[in-house]
Amino acid sequence: MSEHAAPDARSTVDAVYRSDSRRVLATLIRLLGDFDLAEEALHDAFVAALEQWPQGGVPANPRAWLVSTGRFKAIDEIRRRARFDASLAHVAEQLSATTAEIELTDPDGVSDDRLRLIFTCCHPALTRDAQIALTLREVCALTTEQIASAFLTGAPTVAQRIVRAKAKIRDARIPYQLPTRAELIDRTDSVLSVIYLVFNEGYSASSGATLTRHDLSGEAIRLGRLLQELLPEAEVTGLLALMLLHESRRAARTSPEGELVLLGDQDRSRWDRALIAEGLTLVARALAMRRFGPYALQAAIAAVHAGAATPDATDWAQIVGLYDVLLRADPSPVVELNRAAAVAMRDGPAAGLQLIDAILARGDLADYHHAHSARADLCRRLGQGSEARRSYERALGLVQQEPERRFLKARLRELN
Amino acid sequence: MKYLCLIYENEQSRAHIPKAEMDAMMGEYYAYTEGVKKSGHYLGGEALQPVATASTVRVRNGKLSTTDGPFAETKEQLGGFYLIEAKDLNEAIQVGSRIPGAKYGSIEVRPVLDLSQAYAGH
Repeated sequence: MSEHAAPDARSTVDAVYRSDSRRVLATLIRLLGDFDLAEEALHDAFVAALEQWPQGGVPANPRAWLVSTGRFKAIDEIRRRARFDASLAHVAEQLSATTAEIELTDPDGVSDDRLRLIFTCCHPALTRDAQIALTLREVCALTTEQIASAFLTGAPTVAQRIVRAKAKIRDARIPYQLPTRAELIDRTDSVLSVIYLVFNEGYSASSGATLTRHDLSGEAIRLGRLLQELLPEAEVTGLLALMLLHESRRAARTSPEGELVLLGDQDRSRWDRALIAEGLTLVARALAMRRFGPYALQAAIAAVHAGAATPDATDWAQIVGLYDVLLRADPSPVVELNRAAAVAMRDGPAAGLQLIDAILARGDLADYHHAHSARADLCRRLGQGSEARRSYERALGLVQQEPERRFLKARLRELN
Repeated sequence: MKYLCLIYENEQSRAHIPKAEMDAMMGEYYAYTEGVKKSGHYLGGEALQPVATASTVRVRNGKLSTTDGPFAETKEQLGGFYLIEAKDLNEAIQVGSRIPGAKYGSIEVRPVLDLSQAYAGH
């Protein structure tokens, strides 16, 4: 179709595809009210651009041109189908009757359809797995195969999740719209969890041979930036800060041999200063807003670490204080465990061990390998070799990720 | 679009609710029903007797079989329903979440299949 396209017009189409195709798609979904129809329309619009831009020139507003072209192609398509299915005739009529003027900005006065797309993909009436798959597919434009390999599942499973989610959106009539003010906090929580899950899957893959799957973290940060730009709330800002501060340590987190390096042992000169600076600015901004919550607080804790030139310079009292606030905002055994580790640094290993034993005695975290390896580490520092060995072995029995397994084995060898 | 809001509650724990609390809950249901009638969401709704009164009926090869009890034994039992009109799932969830039973049990929100749409052209 485009063999004779002038190379510059063609590369413009490519560039516009990379920069704007998701925004065009998001607007088309709003105008057409159907994910699949919108995807087809998007495809048709870019085919038309490849045919027409080399001859007629690149339009002044390429995005508006693509939206309008895609919309007309979709109406044509529905009219064609209506010849076989009479019930579609009124759909085509309705679509062509609704304003010929394409609204690039939407009726809610929010400047971007992508926000509407994110909220729809992360709608709480969809399963978490479906939210993640749909978001990566529709908002990030990852292919089904890429999503499947990132989450170590089969492509047919991911494809089925997406198909089912789209069917539920259509059949239960999940609206393509922004949450109302009353719903905004709950609905934003759902979006933030999806983004953070994607980030963590990339940052510390839950199973498998490699420690990090960089692409997923990159996508999560891109989503976080987009969301923060469109909805600069405290927790949205806090999550972006948290991801950037974690990401800043990526290079220092693994040794050249691919082994896990703990925070206290990391070469801090390898931390990414630009990401830290950006993260610190965002933390300050988030904490200055009212209604900050768990993400902003976790980011604040990461910021204290980032601000310490050496492990000994870490302000553990401040970190324990932040964990206290975090526990009130979001009580969970995992937060308690992290607080216990910070207490161990502030008041000595015995104080931390007492807290961890209390958590484990309640039966919480019995299957969480980090709880046992944290306990083992404190026992080791207290010179309780056999207790340490027992806990490292418990952790080894639970860990699923290869580099972490090697790390625990190495610690166990040091004890023997 | 029509949605059916199915109200599931644990009948056992309901039996132990003191009378004053039960009266208060009935008051809440009355107020809720009046509210959704006024807002135009209400299409219908009923409370059901306990599952002990239920019978399950099947016809196989032309033969009727009747058994005691509900179709499925579940931890929470279907205790009533509202049929509502809502413009989309978000509105249906908003209306469904205000059913007093949402505070004690669970509300299943199910879109009603529009047979005229589903089978148009067939």
